[in-house]
Amino acid sequence: MSSNVIPVPVGQTEARPWVDELHQWLTTVDHKRLGILYIASALLFLMIGGVEALIIRIQLMHSHNNFVSPEVFNRMFTMHGTTMIFFVAMPVLFGFANYLVPLMIGARDMAFPRLNAFSFWLSFLGGLLLYFSFLGGSGLYGAGNAPDVGWWSYAPLGARAFSPGHSSDYWTLALLVSGFGSIGTAINIIATILCLRCPGMKLNRMPLLVWMNLVMAGMVLLAITPLSAAQIMLLIDRYLGGHFFDTQAGGSAVLWMHFFWIFGHPEVYILIIPCFAFMSEIIPVFSRKPIFGYPVMVAATVCIAFVSMSVWAHHMFTIGMNSYANSFFTLTTMAVGVPTGIKIFNWIGTIWGGRIQFKTAMLFSIGFLFQFLIAGLTGIMMAASPFDWQLSLSYFVVAHFHYVIVGGILFALFGAFYYWYPKMTGRMLGERLGKWHFWLFLIGFHLTFDVMHIPGILGMPRRIYTYESGRGWDTLNFIISIGAFIQALAILVFVANLVISYFKGARAGNDPWDAWTLEWSISSPPPAYNFATVPTVASRRPLWDLKHPEDPDSRYE
Amino acid sequence: MLARRTKSNLCRGWQIALLVFWSVSALRAAEADATPGHGTNIFSPASTPAKSIFDLSVFVLAITGIIFLVVFGLLLYSVVRFRGRAADGGREPAQVYGSMQIELAWTIIPILIVVVLFLATARVIHAVQDAPEPAGALDVIAIGHQYWWEFRYPKLGIVTANELHIPVSDHDHPTPTFLQLLSVDTDHSFWVPELAGKTDLIPNHPNRLWMDPQRTGIFLGQCAQYCGVQHAKMLLRVSVDGPEDFASWVHAQQKPAAEDAGAIAGRRVFERNACMNCHAVGGTSADGRFGPDLTHLMSRATIAAGAAENTHDNLRLWIQNPSAIKPGSLMPAMKLSDADLDAVVNYMETLH
Repeated sequence: MSSNVIPVPVGQTEARPWVDELHQWLTTVDHKRLGILYIASALLFLMIGGVEALIIRIQLMHSHNNFVSPEVFNRMFTMHGTTMIFFVAMPVLFGFANYLVPLMIGARDMAFPRLNAFSFWLSFLGGLLLYFSFLGGSGLYGAGNAPDVGWWSYAPLGARAFSPGHSSDYWTLALLVSGFGSIGTAINIIATILCLRCPGMKLNRMPLLVWMNLVMAGMVLLAITPLSAAQIMLLIDRYLGGHFFDTQAGGSAVLWMHFFWIFGHPEVYILIIPCFAFMSEIIPVFSRKPIFGYPVMVAATVCIAFVSMSVWAHHMFTIGMNSYANSFFTLTTMAVGVPTGIKIFNWIGTIWGGRIQFKTAMLFSIGFLFQFLIAGLTGIMMAASPFDWQLSLSYFVVAHFHYVIVGGILFALFGAFYYWYPKMTGRMLGERLGKWHFWLFLIGFHLTFDVMHIPGILGMPRRIYTYESGRGWDTLNFIISIGAFIQALAILVFVANLVISYFKGARAGNDPWDAWTLEWSISSPPPAYNFATVPTVASRRPLWDLKHPEDPDSRYE
Repeated sequence: MLARRTKSNLCRGWQIALLVFWSVSALRAAEADATPGHGTNIFSPASTPAKSIFDLSVFVLAITGIIFLVVFGLLLYSVVRFRGRAADGGREPAQVYGSMQIELAWTIIPILIVVVLFLATARVIHAVQDAPEPAGALDVIAIGHQYWWEFRYPKLGIVTANELHIPVSDHDHPTPTFLQLLSVDTDHSFWVPELAGKTDLIPNHPNRLWMDPQRTGIFLGQCAQYCGVQHAKMLLRVSVDGPEDFASWVHAQQKPAAEDAGAIAGRRVFERNACMNCHAVGGTSADGRFGPDLTHLMSRATIAAGAAENTHDNLRLWIQNPSAIKPGSLMPAMKLSDADLDAVVNYMETLH
């Protein structure tokens, strides 16, 4: 194996001045540094989006609250949704993919390092552009404001007649710019995985994380392109007199919905599949067993990707499609539950008969499994389109997709942070603060999002800045807001843990978890060149083979 | 090591106990908050489409509930049963790579469940969406505006706003209401949870929605599709009337506006100012269509799309400064003198 290190000549290891260091970070094309930049920028936007969520929750604490005006409230939920999807979830997942994929396939970098840097800076500057709208939103006349059209900006609300000024242009341009960044990264991930695998790493020996990121990148290409096309059409409508979505001139509001959701639904799987990938690495290591049913997991992932391309109109059950269309999208949406269920069963199969170590990373993974199960089942409820005629656009939906995004994606991400932080920094991420983080976040999460289903059932629509008392919503909303603050506290514990552990954490060594994939064969943090000699693998768990020469995996595959 | 393990099991037990406690107490809290008889609960349906949806939802909840119990139980069992023990002494467990038989089992069973769920759902989709309109049905055109509802009864010649009156329907003599849903500006969504599922009002895309309420009373709802600044205060009231009440309501609405000699000054103010550009009053020269029809304003219990009760003070405040009730509303502040304001409010109060 390549655990040997290329010796660094004396004199090069001295600390450089901080300006040099900063310059190195800004101009880097190293996949590991870009991965960390992606993750750091996502954490920054997570804080901002979190504050927006808290403003929303304070406003809704009781009926007829006047904490913010309706205009500000509408900007907050628009910015919260846009930020969390486009500038937190996608970048942080791209960050992990960037960091881990080359290490796991025994490569020295991504296939196109400069494209990689270009993509990151596009995504990040897209985020800055979105937030510049607070200053420059109305252009020359007015103090400036942020977009307030909702994160899907349904036509014709985004048209000039209903959204004057430039605030929604910032939304459009931010998504367009960061969308090009996403496409660049997707191309890079695909090229890296297909072309740079080390000797012996056949497709059916790739770690599941690599497989799932390959599928995710393919979906990004298919999903982001229609979104970018729609944004360009919207710009044509707004500035060049086009009428694609201009209903007053015969345009179609429904066309925008189709464009948006044919991006929007695959997007959910673009976000969740990398989280499946984290689970498929973390759960086996802490159960001390290989993943159960590797080929089935790969097949289920590809199957999810295909089916998820034909479920988008389940976001549109209330728009008056005919009964055949509603039936079709009901069927496809329910069908996507089958491969997803297979995945959950395979993770249980992995745990079954194992010896579970309850490290913080594993706690978050177990939390993921329980919560993703519930999120999937409420998804099935809404797939039944008549039921969705009641639940859609209500707080039930808000609870459902936060169950997916927070209970699923964010929990998996926290698991990934605790698992790979030692590799990225060379220090262990503190277990004691980690447990605090986990339990606080778990309690806050359930307080908020379990309860949030109920006002939806009691008829509370989403995106309202205030509500009438006497509908049975007051106490529930108060509880939901309390939970939000507990979650915010947990996030602060997490950030404190990241900072403290960076300086004072225990030394990690190469392989703190006794794991099996290639990234654990090299030092933590890895050297710039990753592998001094390119490794050769003979099975899906190269480090298992190395540690158990008497009983290697290669004998069974 | 052992103490730690017990602790994490204990914590999981706590978690479940808390979950149950939360759901029960949350439901209790909701019951305590709700005003009886004015609910918006999707689980207390009062008309056929809402009832069909309710029946389907019970079926779906039952199936997903069973799946939840089975998988949750399996997961909980495996997490507790297969926790690492000090006695393991660092040995690795048996390395199992998979099993095709088991994989097939947990592929085929979910497929069968999906088939059953889909067939049950498709039946309800067809029953609700493709229901033919019977001869005795009432036709209403509902038009979404930023931030209020216009209701037109084409066969009865009635135009009103925000408060929909429809007749009660019984099984022997069904008198369902069929709504045609239109929008003049952005997307809206018509949602009265106890009467029917929601359907969007989309410009250039007419939709249909029907309901046959089985009991009389007031049913509440509101716009469910984000439509702009005041999406939150675009409320809906549906009054389901008995046959006689509905007939007399129709009779009253069909009359032109009441003429009251005492309110002639107010009418002058109304017609001299911009009021009549947006509002119509039947039988007068005011025929604006941008705002709600005011011909029978006093027959409505609320103003500003349900944002305030229809009282003297609220009416006066609304005309003077709409932002005080509904900031972002498209009704401009009329900046009338106190005398003109009193006169016009006086006029409004004669429009029974």
